[in-house]
Amino acid sequence: MRSMVYRGPYKVRVEEKDIPQIEHPNDAIVQVRLGAICGSDLHLYHGMMPDTRVGMTFGHEFVGVVHEVGSSVQNLAVGDRVMVPFNIYCGSCYFCSRGLYSNCHNVNPNATAVGGIYGYSHTCGGYDGGQAEFVRVPFADVGPAKIPDWMDEEDAVLLTDALPTGYFGAQLGDIAEGDTVVVFGAGPVGLFAAKSAWLMGAARVIVIDHLEYRLEKARSFAHAETCNFVEYDDIVVHLKKATDYLGADVVIDAVGAEADGNFLQHVTSSKLKLQGGSPIALNWAIDSVRKGGTVSVVGAYGPLFSAVKFGDAMNKGLTLRMNQCPVKRQWPRLFEHIRNGHLKPSDIVTHRIPLEHIAEGYHIFSAKLDDCIKPLIVATSA
Amino acid sequence: MAEIPTPYTSGTPAPKETAEDLRARIPGWGVDLDPADRPSYPREQPGIETGARWDFPERQPEKWPRERSIEHAFVTPVFGTSTPPKGISGALRKYAYRTYSEGRAAHWLVLIAADRVDAWESHLRSFATLRPDNPVTETGVLSEFSRHGASSRFGKRRADLNHQWIDPILVGAPWVLAGLGAVAALRTLRKHRPA
Repeated sequence: MRSMVYRGPYKVRVEEKDIPQIEHPNDAIVQVRLGAICGSDLHLYHGMMPDTRVGMTFGHEFVGVVHEVGSSVQNLAVGDRVMVPFNIYCGSCYFCSRGLYSNCHNVNPNATAVGGIYGYSHTCGGYDGGQAEFVRVPFADVGPAKIPDWMDEEDAVLLTDALPTGYFGAQLGDIAEGDTVVVFGAGPVGLFAAKSAWLMGAARVIVIDHLEYRLEKARSFAHAETCNFVEYDDIVVHLKKATDYLGADVVIDAVGAEADGNFLQHVTSSKLKLQGGSPIALNWAIDSVRKGGTVSVVGAYGPLFSAVKFGDAMNKGLTLRMNQCPVKRQWPRLFEHIRNGHLKPSDIVTHRIPLEHIAEGYHIFSAKLDDCIKPLIVATSA
Repeated sequence: MAEIPTPYTSGTPAPKETAEDLRARIPGWGVDLDPADRPSYPREQPGIETGARWDFPERQPEKWPRERSIEHAFVTPVFGTSTPPKGISGALRKYAYRTYSEGRAAHWLVLIAADRVDAWESHLRSFATLRPDNPVTETGVLSEFSRHGASSRFGKRRADLNHQWIDPILVGAPWVLAGLGAVAALRTLRKHRPA
């Protein structure tokens, strides 16, 4: 099969690989029809995530058709059109049985601090991902679901991570009616978090970024006020002024490990790998939220330490809430929002790239060329 | 005394728009106002239906001794089999897993070092194949010409321009240095070749 393969930092190519085999009775093999590159894939691509091995196939956002099922699979059959959450999880451990699917204890021998994720290094379990023609899907009776007949595949692929993560980020903020919500990052997750904040009753939603074309999308797609932090000497002071010097009620970090805005923080993390992530957006979030407010973190960070302004968080009495999104928990409600016309996830898709050209896809997304917001990957055989 | 523009009082700042205005302007405004409608509220939902029919999953066979965090009691019943450890990088990875918990910086720093070693082992190995690594095609850098590389960057006041110049150095410098080293080695060999 044709498959994206990591060749070292900033380098990927398409290679011929064996079609994955059933390795556990509850496995399925899915033939991928549509995948995506996630902003967090760029952390792997840039060599930031420890134990990212040459030869691995990335990709944790994908939909496809069931090609083969293991002997104990009951809920899926060959030929079913399925969407697969980025979380790999058993459904039965201490954490899964409480709904914390992203924290499963039974799928990742390499680390206890994170669950299993498709195509996301050995730190997340060592599973190949969906930027390929076929992918092994463990716990087929637990994670994947059939795509409803009425749902577009481009909407379905965005339901495997980006939309649920943004929606989850807004939930972590415990938004109440009338709240002012600031979202750092106008990438796919930030746009969906901003859109979701309105569903939860926010009175103001302000999105911060430095890429003007993404801020334009935040205005048109997410109906948000926007600030380009490059235009301000100090974005925290600007946000204080914009909120009567109180600070926002809720701030969402939808940027994560490769935040821009401070040369030293960025270079020590993204380039020199001396931090688990560049906590610029997180520190701005801590400083621009009001005392007693809530900071929600859905931007991804690596496992190494980062220079976070924890003293300010403590002294302000903040609530810090964060996690990888338990995707499947979000689906029933998000399906309703899509059917009711409140959300149209595929509106953020800007590029549809054939798998064979995935090296260009990574470069375009990484360097933010061509007004790229969300690139989808079209499988060779689709 | 100068008037204070925004005195610090107990009141909540007046909203710019009423709920009615927001409902009219924003599709779906407030449909998840009630926390009970939010799927991750409360965070933990004991007994949630997951589809699992087992208390503990059947165990996947290990095809090679699977490296694991020493914070785990055993190799988890299901795991990825993407890329077994190999070479010097593989030895470093096994050492990191065997020696340090996830709580130790050394665990992650050794793994990151192993990643860099792995890249160079793989580049060297590729030169013994019919498809050697090609930093031009594998970085996708040619899309700079087809996808508006210059106009996407300049005149846009992008914050990332202050460090993007580092990327070609990070990617290209090791290749240039390796090339120069190879040339130097060849010259040395030629100089010492018997006449």
